[in-house]
Amino acid sequence: MTGPLPRRNRSHRLALTAAVLAATTLACGPVAYEIPIETPLQPKLDVTAFQRVLIAGFVAGGSDDVDTNQETVRLLRSQLRSKSSLRVIDADVMPLQQIAQEQSRPGNEATGTVASRDGAAGGPAPLLALPERIREEKDLEPYERLFANTAYWKRIGEEYQNPLIVTGTVLFTPHSRSGFVSRDVEQYDSFGRRRVMPVRTYMERKGFILRPKFVFIDGRSGATMYSESYREEILYNAQQATPALSSYFELMDRLVPNFLSTLSSQKIRGSRVLLK
Amino acid sequence: MTHTRTFAVGVLAAALFGAGPVFADARGEAKSHVEFGIDVAQRGLWREAIYRWERAIEIDPTYSAALNNLAVAYEHEGQLDKARTAYERALDIDPDNLQIRQNYELFKEINDRTAAEEKP
Repeated sequence: MTGPLPRRNRSHRLALTAAVLAATTLACGPVAYEIPIETPLQPKLDVTAFQRVLIAGFVAGGSDDVDTNQETVRLLRSQLRSKSSLRVIDADVMPLQQIAQEQSRPGNEATGTVASRDGAAGGPAPLLALPERIREEKDLEPYERLFANTAYWKRIGEEYQNPLIVTGTVLFTPHSRSGFVSRDVEQYDSFGRRRVMPVRTYMERKGFILRPKFVFIDGRSGATMYSESYREEILYNAQQATPALSSYFELMDRLVPNFLSTLSSQKIRGSRVLLK
Repeated sequence: MTHTRTFAVGVLAAALFGAGPVFADARGEAKSHVEFGIDVAQRGLWREAIYRWERAIEIDPTYSAALNNLAVAYEHEGQLDKARTAYERALDIDPDNLQIRQNYELFKEINDRTAAEEKP
């Protein structure tokens, strides 16, 4: 007699098949293993010739709420002490904006060798005037010639036994933006189930932009070895009163790993999957 | 004629069945190297793991799991060019393997970031 199997026999067969499959899987063992790894990254700069590093100071501008020169020097020295093999020189922070202004005064013998543009026939054109207050990026441009003053930096290097010198510019400016922003909003349906829905709302936000440029100078010759610029931005709800200094540190935290990777080997932790 | 055809089919079947165990042995031997490599990698012995996975690939060059594992080990040792080559070979063999692809994407995230920072 032929026909479909009774329902009870069919469900027994299915259960038995499932049990056999489960047992087989267990017997074979896992086929993938998650494993932690650390990828070493070589430093961008060859600093093997240096035992010491001088974080000299920065030409800083932007918000008056933060002494960006002091804070940047302090933070970078602290980071290099704990995460680099270079010995960090503990010296007074150099007021580079004032130093640059002194160097630009006519007849100042501290000027040394400065890159200048050739003007029309008759002699070199006058250098760009250095703005007293630094509010925007264009205010920083005339100060760049300070880093090309090799005689000056060589003299600094001799004073501190030929270290690697780190200097540059830092601009920390307030910033605001208004517009529609997509936010995730929790909603509950009639069954009480939670859902997250994107909702576009008009928002006024304010925050800060941090734009440092790090210049690495060979203290033995005064010549620039390398420079790198960064830009980080953070925005908050306009009603949120976040102190400028907190924002500065939050933005610098994002940049510090890249700064450190210029000078020292870093290891990036992650995990991968090994397969059988 | 039918005898000849039957004979030919029989020879072909015997060749296929005979070859099966040979391939199975090669993959089996490679697999044992891969398993040993996983075991020592989990203990932090990455150079031994590299040796085992390189051996597995010598035995069976189509073993995508061994190539994946070798790429991971090269990555851990900082040999990023070798890691990239091994990942790409593994994906050429097994392009639909999501785990290999995920490993490769994570590798590229670090490697591409490093390369971008090296640009003047």
